Parts: sequence; C-alpha cells; structure tokens
Amino acid sequence: MTSWSLASLPVLVRRERASLTAAVVAPVVALGTALALNLGLYVLMGRDPLAVAYAMLFEPFLSWASFSEVLLKAGPLLLIAQGLAIGFRAKVFNIGAEGQFILGAIFASAIPVWFPQATGQWIWPAMLLLGAIGGALWASITAFWRVRLNANEILVSLMLSLVAAQVLNYLLLGPWKDPNGFNFPQSVMFQYDAMVPTLIAGTRVNVSFLITLVLSVAAFVFMQKSFAGYKLQVGGLAPRAAGYAGFKEGWAIWLSLLIGGFAAGLAGAAEVAGPLGQLQRSISSGYGYAAIIVAYLGGLHPIGIVVSALVMAVIYIGGDNAMVSANLPIAAVRVFQGSLLLAYLIAVAFVRYRLEWPGAVKTTTYRSLS
Amino acid sequence: MNAIEFILAGMLAAATPFLLAALGELVVERAGVLNLGVEGLMAFGAVLAFIVVYHGGGHFLGFLAAGIASAALSLIFAFVTLGFRANQVAAGLAIGILGQGLSALFGKTYESLTIKGLPKLSIPGLSEIPVVGGLFTQDVVVWISLAATLGIWVIFAYTKLGLVIRAVGENPKAAHAIGYSVVTVRVLAIAFGGAMAGFAGAYAAVVYTPLWADGMIAGRGWIAIALVVFGTWMTGRIFLGACLFGAVSLMGLAAQATGLDVPSQLLSSLPYLVTIIVLGIISADRRLLKLNGVASLGEPFER
Repeated sequence: MTSWSLASLPVLVRRERASLTAAVVAPVVALGTALALNLGLYVLMGRDPLAVAYAMLFEPFLSWASFSEVLLKAGPLLLIAQGLAIGFRAKVFNIGAEGQFILGAIFASAIPVWFPQATGQWIWPAMLLLGAIGGALWASITAFWRVRLNANEILVSLMLSLVAAQVLNYLLLGPWKDPNGFNFPQSVMFQYDAMVPTLIAGTRVNVSFLITLVLSVAAFVFMQKSFAGYKLQVGGLAPRAAGYAGFKEGWAIWLSLLIGGFAAGLAGAAEVAGPLGQLQRSISSGYGYAAIIVAYLGGLHPIGIVVSALVMAVIYIGGDNAMVSANLPIAAVRVFQGSLLLAYLIAVAFVRYRLEWPGAVKTTTYRSLS
Repeated sequence: MNAIEFILAGMLAAATPFLLAALGELVVERAGVLNLGVEGLMAFGAVLAFIVVYHGGGHFLGFLAAGIASAALSLIFAFVTLGFRANQVAAGLAIGILGQGLSALFGKTYESLTIKGLPKLSIPGLSEIPVVGGLFTQDVVVWISLAATLGIWVIFAYTKLGLVIRAVGENPKAAHAIGYSVVTVRVLAIAFGGAMAGFAGAYAAVVYTPLWADGMIAGRGWIAIALVVFGTWMTGRIFLGACLFGAVSLMGLAAQATGLDVPSQLLSSLPYLVTIIVLGIISADRRLLKLNGVASLGEPFER
C-alpha cells in the first residue's frame, strides 16, 4: 500500500562503528535547529525574533553579573544531570529528580527551621549532607518498589515527585510557615550560618558550585574508570551479558537511584541554603525535568553534561531576560526545552546510523535475513 | 446525597479523562510503542478545546480540534522514534515537556477563564433507582467513552485489525515477514493514542471542570499510563481501573464535605499514592506482567 512511497525515502543504515564526529556535532546541530524553530514560533507570536535572540543568547554574557547568574543556574542542573546520567546509562530511568530535589530542600531546611538560633560553621555543611540524604531516601522508595515489587521506576519516581510537591505545600501552609511572613507560603529566613559561603565576591555563586565541579570529576572517574561504573554500563548496554557475568540487576538499580537521589537532594539543599535562603513553594523551576534534557544533551557523558548544563542555564537566564525585554511568556522556555531534546534525539541517530538515498551506490554489505 | 451516592454519581465523569487517555495508550503499547508524553498531549488538547469552545465554536468542534492537534503532536513523537529509532522514553518525555509548554503558551491569555460544560442525559427508569441511579445520569461524552471502551475490547478480542496490532507489538519481525508494515501500524497507533489523549484533555477542560488553568491535567496523563499496567493491557481491567481512580479523586471532595479534618494536600496526593501502591501490588506478580505484557514494548524496530 505505502511501499512505493516509502521506497523513495532515504533509509537509515547502521554504521560499521559509531561516529565520534556525529556525537560531537549532534548537540550543536540540535541547538541550532531548536533555535531556528523557536525563533520562527516567536515570529508567529508577533515578537521581534532578533530582540528575543539578543536577550536569550547575548545578554547573559554581556556582564559578569549576569554571567554569574548563569553559573548559579547551571549548578543544580549540572549536579542533578550527573546523577541521572549514571542511572540512564544503566537503563534505570529515574525521572523523579524533581521530587528528590524537593525532599533535599525540605531535609536541609529542617535545621534552620527547628533551630533558628543555632550558630556555628557546621550548619551549612550539615544541611547539605542532610539534603543529600533526604533525596537519596526519597529515591530509595522508587528503588524498593522496582527491585522488590518489580514496579516501573519511571511511573513510581514521577508519582513521588507529585507527592513531594504536596508535602512541600503542606509544610509551607502549615507547620513550617513563617509566623511573621504575612501568610505567604514560605519558611522563616535562614540564619547567617545556614548559608553556603560565597565563592566569588560580589556574585551569588557559592561554594556549592565548587562541590558540583568536584562531584562532576568524581562522576567521570566513577563512570569511565571504576569497575562499579563499568558494571552499570554493561547492565545498560547488554543486560544478558551482565547477568552471565554475575552483575546483579538489583544492585545496579539501587546504586543508580541512590546516586541520582543523593545528587538531586544535594542540589535542593544548596538551593535553599544558597540563593533562596528560605524554603519556598517555587524552590525548583523545573530543574528536575530540565536536568533530564541536560543529561541526554550531554550525551550522558560527564564532560558533555558540564557543557550542556551551561547551555541550559543560558536558556533559563536568557528566557528570563526575554520575558522582560521582549515580552516573551515564560512557558516559551519549556517549549524550547522540549523541542531541543527532540531535535537532539534526531541528530544523535547519526552517531550510529547514516542515511542512504535510494538509487545511490550501495556500499553496504547485506546483512543476513533473520 | 450521602458520600456513596455522590461518588457513584460522579465516578464515571471523573474517570473519563483517565479512561480515554489510557485506552489510547493501550493501543499504542499493544503495537509495541511506549509513549510517555500523554500528560503533555492531554494538556495540549485541553487548551485547544478550551480556546475553541471559549470563542463559541461549540463542544463538538472543541473535541475535534483537540483530537487533531494532539494527534499531530504525537506524530512528531512517531517521526523521532520510528523514523530515527530514538529512545522512546526520552522522546516521550520530550513530547510531554513540549506539549505542556505549548499549552501554557497558548493558554496564557485564557488563564482562569470559565465556560459552560455539557448537559447530563439520563436513562429513563434506570436513573430513578435509589443509590445507584446517579450512574445513569451522565453527559454525552461519558456515554461515547463507554461505547469506545466496548469498541476497543471488540477490536482486540474479535477482529483481524486487533490481531495485526498485537502481532506488531509482540513480534515485529514476524509481522514484517508476513507482509505487514510495522512502521505504518505503529504510526497509526501513535496517532490514535495522541487523538485519544487530546479528547481526554478536552473532556477535562471543557466538560468536567470547564475552565483553563496551567497544570490542570495534574498528573492524570501519567496515571493513565499506569492504568495500562494496572489493567495488564486488558481493556476491561483498564476500565475498572479508571473507575477506581475516578472514585479516588472524588473521595477527597467527599471527605472534605463531611468535615473530616485531613490536610487537603494529603487528599490531593491520594490518586498518586494509590497509583504507587496499586502499581506495587500488580507488578509484584511477575508472571502476570510477563504473560500479558507486550514483548517488544519500547524497543526500536530494525529490519
């Protein structure tokens, strides 16, 4: 029926080996394509595409002050994405980083909310640690459900994110609401010692950014150099081979989710103990979901993710700028994120495949019909 | 009206968004494709239906617009996953994010506006029965959804079309070898699933709670995907699951009406918590999932 029309379309032919060039070019092409499509959308919406492009792509770099905001935004995205990518490579799809981030923020806030008078240099490190534990604990529910009950981790982790948002609402409207906060859904402002020290004077970039970079190096060493990381990757690429080699699937799921939850929880803690200084309803601007895109766009590779986190942070900050200067609705950022991932998924196909046009000289060896 | 009568009367209407989206996803998954973008497809359909109805286009055109728009959006998913063999999990998430973003973009100027819903039609006689009578007073979309459920059950149980879809999902290579186009079947299944998600979103925004608010789908698309697992890929069980979730989402309202002192956030979380618990119970029976599951689910097809 459709065979005559399908036959005139180019077909994907598997490459002999994956193309490194395509792997590096794919995210760049995807970014360019998404940019062109979205600027086209802004034209349809009656906005000046040049003004939007200027606000989104150039303004973030024009001053040190705005670039430091990009670094600030990149921190949580980078941290969460590094954790998620480890799981994704093991084919453990934890998409509930949003909830793990929220739980991290809640756990970290427990110290300044319950002990507002406490002082000492131990407070902010304790908060970060507690937040990471909170995120890991929340993720461990998903791990238990997956390993012991065989439940799909995508659905469970996503549902837990929706529950986490309600837990946050409950705390901020109830027991943790600032009594002097004019009934706003937010906690008390944290004391000085509950704040992560500033790293670069005059900006809001703090020590947690340094921790994030160190953990990125740790992720690189873990995934590329360690035996445990190797076992996770084999489990993701060839589950049967991993089984024959005696690599336990349950172990891989637990490890993936705990790492993902730990990183997301730490990011949540760093957000309340850093730029926010209190627990609020809008602690996460969708970081948990955006980090999934960051992880894929970075090729699930620790170094690639550093670059893609910066790109995504520019999109966030640039989107904020464009909202002010070009009257662009903030939802445009989500549209950009979705289209960017779609464009990347198309572009990345060319790492393993190449297009062959019908009628072109056949260079492939025919594979046996199985 | 006591709590039980209240829940029985409202259950089917509350279940309809879950049911429509889950039936669509059932067809998609039976063809071997996992589309996780249902939440975004629903939101996209919801906002378009709302816009059409708000500007006087009427409910029929609203549903039509929603179905076409969400089907079109789902075809992007088909293009990426079938055309370029992309990871279906990532592509589904991307479509979901895109759909939610587009719905917020289009719906920005309609935020918090309301419209009129649809009148309820009663079945004479049956609707006068005490206690359960409320079940037989529903709007026309609910009746159509019940018919659609029956239709999909018949297709999978008795027709060649149903067998072809299942063959493509169970063993795409064999289906290809005997002359069926795996890609064509999957594209059509994905478009059908997209249209159903669009109808589901439309029902939520122009009939069930006739208003537009960003984020109003509130996880119902994800629960619909979970429902397909709960129903172990069987139409009848998916229908029962949708009714359960319709009832659960009303329980919160019923509890508040009786003055029960429970935090509202706990009641809002109830559908999510029930999803997690039921998912654990059903999935723990590994044999059940293996027997009823779709063999090639989520795997790209390569000749």
